[in-house]
Amino acid sequence: MTAKVYGEPVIELPHDLYIPPDALEVVLEAFEGPLDLLLYLIRKENLDILDIPMAPLTRQYLEYVEIMRKTNLELAAEYLVMAAMLMEIKSRLLLPRPPAAAAVEDDPRAELVRRLLEYERMKKAAQGLDELPQVGRDVIAISVWIEKAVAESLPDVNAAALAEAWRGLLHRARLSAHHRVSREELSVRAHMSSILRTLNERRVAEFAELFDPARGVAVLVVTFLALLELARELLVEITQSAGFGPIYVKLAHAQPA
Amino acid sequence: MLNPPEAKRILEAALLAAQEPVSATELKRLFEGELGVDAIRKLLAELAEEWRGRAVELVSLSSGWRFQTRPEFQPYLDRLFPDKAPRYSRAVMETLAIIAYRQPVTRGDIEDVRGVGVSTQIIQALESRGWIDVVGHRETPGRPALYATTTRFLDDLGLRSLEELPPLVEIAKTLQLEVVPTAEAVVREEQQQEPATGTDG
Repeated sequence: MTAKVYGEPVIELPHDLYIPPDALEVVLEAFEGPLDLLLYLIRKENLDILDIPMAPLTRQYLEYVEIMRKTNLELAAEYLVMAAMLMEIKSRLLLPRPPAAAAVEDDPRAELVRRLLEYERMKKAAQGLDELPQVGRDVIAISVWIEKAVAESLPDVNAAALAEAWRGLLHRARLSAHHRVSREELSVRAHMSSILRTLNERRVAEFAELFDPARGVAVLVVTFLALLELARELLVEITQSAGFGPIYVKLAHAQPA
Repeated sequence: MLNPPEAKRILEAALLAAQEPVSATELKRLFEGELGVDAIRKLLAELAEEWRGRAVELVSLSSGWRFQTRPEFQPYLDRLFPDKAPRYSRAVMETLAIIAYRQPVTRGDIEDVRGVGVSTQIIQALESRGWIDVVGHRETPGRPALYATTTRFLDDLGLRSLEELPPLVEIAKTLQLEVVPTAEAVVREEQQQEPATGTDG
């Protein structure tokens, strides 16, 4: 089984076809598809890609495909399509051509050659890209450490705004003062816990929501003191995004929900 | 009024502290109008020159300027930081090459060149790296997405523009075998295509 191209025997099948079965799978899987396999065969046998001897190439290609089939490798449909295309080209080459149609463009191999060349060009381009220094792989982008504010830059609360909110609460408490029917156990620490518990569930609460005016002025005062104490102990953060806007209270070290 | 050495130190500090490449236009904000873009570019070039020969270099990229380590030190740095980015598979790199050199292309275009199907994972790998994105749709049945490379791709590969991609290898010329007449048309066709693709992008 030899073929001669320009008088030189180029193919003696198979040269390195008989690879140990374990290695074969690896070798065949190394091909990125039928074009890659064809290119390999052409370059390995030093065939002229512009004047491909179709018969030996097709024969060798089919041997590879047959091995893939026999070893139950999952044979991609593209390999079979290419096999059919090779055989079609071969058969068209065998057919006598009418003299009028003998123009060079009619070489049935032209499209295959165009695809092989374009694929090889892109394959080499891919290698070229891979050789470029890549950030994270071949070079490291430098960024020196600079100190930035650790906390999120939330606006500070204006004291007057807090007082205003407080007065609003007092006002509402007076309105509902007559509803008070029972004595409350007033403890700043207890209210601190209560506020923390509320914030633990909700992460953020609006200032007014932490107060219950219905329970009277005394409770409001204690709650307010508890809130100030929590802020003083850096357990909560009190923020306001704009003048007269809502005031928000949140845990200073809120665990991510 | 700033003197040039001061301005250069300010640029240096800004670029060293930056997380991403910074353009000359953005750097202009450092000087509140005192320096024009051209003056900044000149100072940047001088700064790059000053850093020549150091372990870190100042490079000009698609989206701006960046300090980075020199590639020759990477083998050493890899010993200290072993979790280096893995090489992409051939399938990924070939897909990337086709998008880079032939953009904008559809998945079908890529498959035509490679002769095999292009898996969704390959496209996703390149998209999540921020190297390619969809720039439109071809008005054919199915309106397939057209992919192109991003500025990030150029930045990450140290390029200022697509023109700086490695030139495509002229394959036909590497053949030493005698060219037969029937193939000349093919060669001519290939050579005619080449200048057009060289100016892509």
